[in-house]
Amino acid sequence: MKFASSPLLSQRLPAWRARLLLLGFLAAFAGLAGWSLYLQGFNSGFLQEKGALRYSRVLELSATRGRIMDRNGNVLAVSTPVKSIWAIPEDARLQPAQANALAALLEMDVRELQHKLASDRDFVFVKRQIPPDVADKVAALNLPGIHDQREYRRYYPAAEMSAHMLGFTGADDIGQEGVELALEKTLAGKAGSRRVIKDRRGQVIEDVESIRAPQDGKDVLLALDDKIQYLAYASLRQTIADSHAKAGGIVVLDAKSGEVLALVNLPTYNPNNRVKLSGAQLRNRALTDTFEPGSTMKPFTAALALDKGKYLVDTPIQTAPGWLTIGNATIHDSEAHGVLTVAQVIQKSSNIGAAKMALSFKPEEMWTMLDSLGFGSPLKLGFPGEVGGRLRPYKNWRPIEQATMAYGNGISVTLMQLARAYLVFARNGDLLPLSLTRLDSPPLAGKPIFTEQTAHEVRAMLEMVVMPGGTAPKAKVAGYRVAGKTGTAHKVEGGIYVNHYVASFVGFAPASDPRLVIAVMIDEPSGGSYYGGDVAAPVFSRVMAGSLRALGVEQDAPPMQAAVAVAPAKESM
Amino acid sequence: MARVNLILLLLAVACALSTVNANHRARKLFVELEREQGRMRSLEVEWGQLQLEQSTWAGSARIEKIARDKLRMKPPAAAQIIVIEATK
Repeated sequence: MKFASSPLLSQRLPAWRARLLLLGFLAAFAGLAGWSLYLQGFNSGFLQEKGALRYSRVLELSATRGRIMDRNGNVLAVSTPVKSIWAIPEDARLQPAQANALAALLEMDVRELQHKLASDRDFVFVKRQIPPDVADKVAALNLPGIHDQREYRRYYPAAEMSAHMLGFTGADDIGQEGVELALEKTLAGKAGSRRVIKDRRGQVIEDVESIRAPQDGKDVLLALDDKIQYLAYASLRQTIADSHAKAGGIVVLDAKSGEVLALVNLPTYNPNNRVKLSGAQLRNRALTDTFEPGSTMKPFTAALALDKGKYLVDTPIQTAPGWLTIGNATIHDSEAHGVLTVAQVIQKSSNIGAAKMALSFKPEEMWTMLDSLGFGSPLKLGFPGEVGGRLRPYKNWRPIEQATMAYGNGISVTLMQLARAYLVFARNGDLLPLSLTRLDSPPLAGKPIFTEQTAHEVRAMLEMVVMPGGTAPKAKVAGYRVAGKTGTAHKVEGGIYVNHYVASFVGFAPASDPRLVIAVMIDEPSGGSYYGGDVAAPVFSRVMAGSLRALGVEQDAPPMQAAVAVAPAKESM
Repeated sequence: MARVNLILLLLAVACALSTVNANHRARKLFVELEREQGRMRSLEVEWGQLQLEQSTWAGSARIEKIARDKLRMKPPAAAQIIVIEATK
């Protein structure tokens, strides 16, 4: 039977059936349209994000930390990439041979390696900070579940020598001490990131956009001079070993610019290997430890006396009989000197002479002088733990306190403060701010403290200290005129003076046109002499001689001058 | 009319092929750029390591030790230094 003649066709179906079907199809289409509208219109953000996750990746672009260099461009600190090997313990199922090979490459014990891989954590570091070439060999083994990641490690080629100056960075390359901390903002780099498209094998096939360009940290040129730093370190270490001292510090400043050319503290540490680090090694003594400066303060007293016009260089001061009673306390000289001029008070380091000068000032005058020299307030170089020392308010000074402060007792300073204060004598009575970084245009003049005439007069007195008959003939430097002052002070422990000493020497050269200021402090010298003139002055002399030669400073004294042997004057304490 | 359509079709195919070609070249160049940038980074790393090495070899302590011990050098005494006046 033909289809066309099928009786079914002639049968009339009810009209609602066709409509129902049509409606059914319409509803299905409406549903599809609605769904696609939902996907395209309302939910598209989420879906696109999910899609992008499958091919686009954001890569971190690490930035390197800036290098630290000395004033001549020698590298003192540099970051270099290292690799860290990490593992997903669940994936890292190694054959014994594979484990042995890995352990051999990483120079670690196989059992230790197995122990780490047996951990139930998701992520373990197998070994951190290994050289990149070793990491490449590890990658070549192609072990399952073993991965590497790039990190930076900072190296300090000068090691112990400039540890306190440079400081160090922590594991995440952030400065923790010294210049690394003080100049963190300049040195730190900012990591960037970019979006890329990766293929199935993980290879980058297209750069989509740069989200943030990485910014490498800036290099820093320090004021430090590598050669002078070495000289200072070697000389100080020798002296500390010879005098069995507990600790010591030395600071070298450029008198023309206020730049810090060297800073050494002992004991020190190796910043490349900080496994066993004690507090004593870490202390940046020149900035964080205060001591009573002793006689090194006397030149300031004399300068103020000259400045106020109350004394002239040759004004006689009676220091006999070698002791002086103020209120109910008595101060002493180490020996009776009789009548001394102001210049001789400095040369012989007479306590009584200094005290008598000090008692002619109003307390406020003396306080203002000491305060403007920077005593009592931190230098704010940015180092951690910088202290200001002790300078009590003048309102409640008793006369005996004012008298003892004139020769550096009852006041405490840091070595850096003391060195900086001596800039006023090395310059024309003005004080410069210190700089850790190299200055291209040094400030021409600082804050005036004393008149130029006073500064020159005190400078002449300080030259006498180093000459035969002064307290520090050992500070002499052949070929140059040197000026300086010794200090020997009892240490204060728990508020009382004890029989331990701090020997110091602060001086500058060449005296005709000072270029360098050097301050040396030796803590508790115990092998024989403990006087500043015997312990600290020779360090000064060696470092000064070497530094002046290294800088090529013109000699200002005929070298053939024969020294006359005269017994050095003993310094008062 | 059919001819115009044919020309347009060929043009469209040519454009499509050149787009594909350009894309392919861009990717190849990009991979090359990537490789060169990687080389730049590794050279930078090497430079840093060489600087480190240089600083270590040229350290003042090492120089002094060699100068004193091996070359038997010493700083001149003050009397041995002759200062020559600069002539103007």
